[in-house]
Amino acid sequence: MALDNKIRELQEKREKALLGGGEQAIEKQKAMGKRTARERIMGLLDENSFNEYDLFVEHEARDFDMDKKSLPSDGVIIGTGTIYGAPVAIFAQDFTVAGGSLGLMHSRKITKIMDHALKMRMPLIGINDSGGARIQEGVNSLAGYGEIFFRNTLSSGVIPQLSVILGPCAGGAVYSPALTDFVFVVDNISKMFITGPEVIKTVLGEEISMEDLGGARVHSEITGNAHFFALSEDECFEQIKKLITFIPWNNKRKARAFEPGEPKPEYKIEKIVPNDPTLPYDVKDVIRAIIDNSDFFEIQELYAKNIVIGFGRMGGRTIGFVANQPMEMAGVLDVDSSDKAARFIRYCDAFNIPIITFVDLPGYLPGVDQEHAGVIRHGAKVLYAYSEATVPKLTVILRKAYGGGYIAMSSRHLRADFVYAWPGAEIAVMGPEGAANIIFRKEIMSADNPDEMRKKKVQEYKDKFANPYVAASRGYVDAVIEPGETRKILMHSLEISENKDISVPDKKHGLPPF
Amino acid sequence: MDFLHFDLNQIIHQTMAKIENNEAMKFLNIDESLYKTNISRKFENRKKYQPKDPKMILSFIPGTVLDIMVIEGKHVEMGDLLMILDAMKMQNKLKSSIAGRIKKIHVNKGDKVSKGTLLIELE
Repeated sequence: MALDNKIRELQEKREKALLGGGEQAIEKQKAMGKRTARERIMGLLDENSFNEYDLFVEHEARDFDMDKKSLPSDGVIIGTGTIYGAPVAIFAQDFTVAGGSLGLMHSRKITKIMDHALKMRMPLIGINDSGGARIQEGVNSLAGYGEIFFRNTLSSGVIPQLSVILGPCAGGAVYSPALTDFVFVVDNISKMFITGPEVIKTVLGEEISMEDLGGARVHSEITGNAHFFALSEDECFEQIKKLITFIPWNNKRKARAFEPGEPKPEYKIEKIVPNDPTLPYDVKDVIRAIIDNSDFFEIQELYAKNIVIGFGRMGGRTIGFVANQPMEMAGVLDVDSSDKAARFIRYCDAFNIPIITFVDLPGYLPGVDQEHAGVIRHGAKVLYAYSEATVPKLTVILRKAYGGGYIAMSSRHLRADFVYAWPGAEIAVMGPEGAANIIFRKEIMSADNPDEMRKKKVQEYKDKFANPYVAASRGYVDAVIEPGETRKILMHSLEISENKDISVPDKKHGLPPF
Repeated sequence: MDFLHFDLNQIIHQTMAKIENNEAMKFLNIDESLYKTNISRKFENRKKYQPKDPKMILSFIPGTVLDIMVIEGKHVEMGDLLMILDAMKMQNKLKSSIAGRIKKIHVNKGDKVSKGTLLIELE
């Protein structure tokens, strides 16, 4: 039977290719605490859902004896599958094959699956584990990176793009993850940098370990390049799967709706926020108190903690949350938190996810370092992102909303659809102390007892302006609501914004301050 | 759908507990109000601003002192070449931004210097 032979030949070819870099290389990979590329794909996708393409692709390089080397699948696995039934396109670099180095065919496989994902309007997941450019392939390898970056940019805002860093991702290679929507890192496994420790040592004389330079913690806490930090590859995969449930497949769709649930009773919304505006609390508890099952999926949890961003569901629908965090740096806006919030707002807007903003902030962080780091330009990103967003925008002022911070945090003036305030809200140009010292400077200075007079004037200001009613009297706040009514009112507001449709001036693109 | 029921929050909390060092909260002054809050490491370690002193010539980049063009006691004019600092494959010319007299030279030819090292003092 001729066909039987042919089938056997195919099976043999497959088996050989499926081994990747061979048993020895696989053992080495495991010794580093890492899974193989294939195991990763299987760990991420629904069982039996993976369809592989380009298994038999091989390189054509001639120089440096490359013609004598066979690199199975050219060091990268591509295909499609599903995650909880959602279609995804995926590529995974195989470190066991020439260190996952990127040559021409390797990059062609990646761009093939990227083109496919864009064409079919499905999310793309890239698993990065590569020593970098395949030096032997010279400029072809650089061309490959360029083609990938171009496609990342083209797909941006059309399909969700997730980057998973499960090994080294160094030099130019880091710019693909940087151009995607979400970056996942794993402790002790992920390493990302432009120039490595050795170059830094030779050129600058500074000694640093790979982990301290560009490990998972560095990118989660300091640089903000990573969005999700995990202690193991398993935990990382759970994070990816969960994220996929929250986001739509492309920019023309809405995220899938799930069965609605009630918040857990242990989150008692009336008891979370202290009356005294200078006292801290965890704003995530407020979010948990109003969302389905109190299940809040935080993004960039370890970076710029003074602002909280993430997804939750209300009535089964995905909502993006942005909230000042009073227990971290008093919840101020600064360079990093502005950057973090603005990007998330733009993400939600690009993918049809309504935004709920919880406001409680004293304003922008003062300081020479902030000014010199460009807090003007970075802070402006928040204004830009909120103003530009056309998805439903709901705002709840929990407590303080002072000065520029009040304007920036999805205020009526940036076209928020609904602005609510709790009875303890203080909507004012600045905190009572600062304001009284300026407005009543003369009275305080000339008083017999300046301290006494200051206290009196601060109280006077508090009584008159530290409340939501001045803003409510102008219609800047639509309603002053009790904390206990918050979920019900927000759900209603979301319902009636279901078909929100507004138009913006026709333009090629805006110029956000980045 | 059954996957609704698994709860990642718990895993995340375990991760958090290991990372966060639970320092007691401090106070942050914004517009003369004192807010009780955690202070970020980045804020605590921020560089305190110091005005530039044109009399102190510092290395703006780590590198090697290739040549020194002046001696102590010599008078220099604004724009005079003081030193060549080899760094990032470039021979960087350090020029004086003021007129003055060389008070002290703190490095020797061939020295490797890190960023911010005091090289020459003028008066």
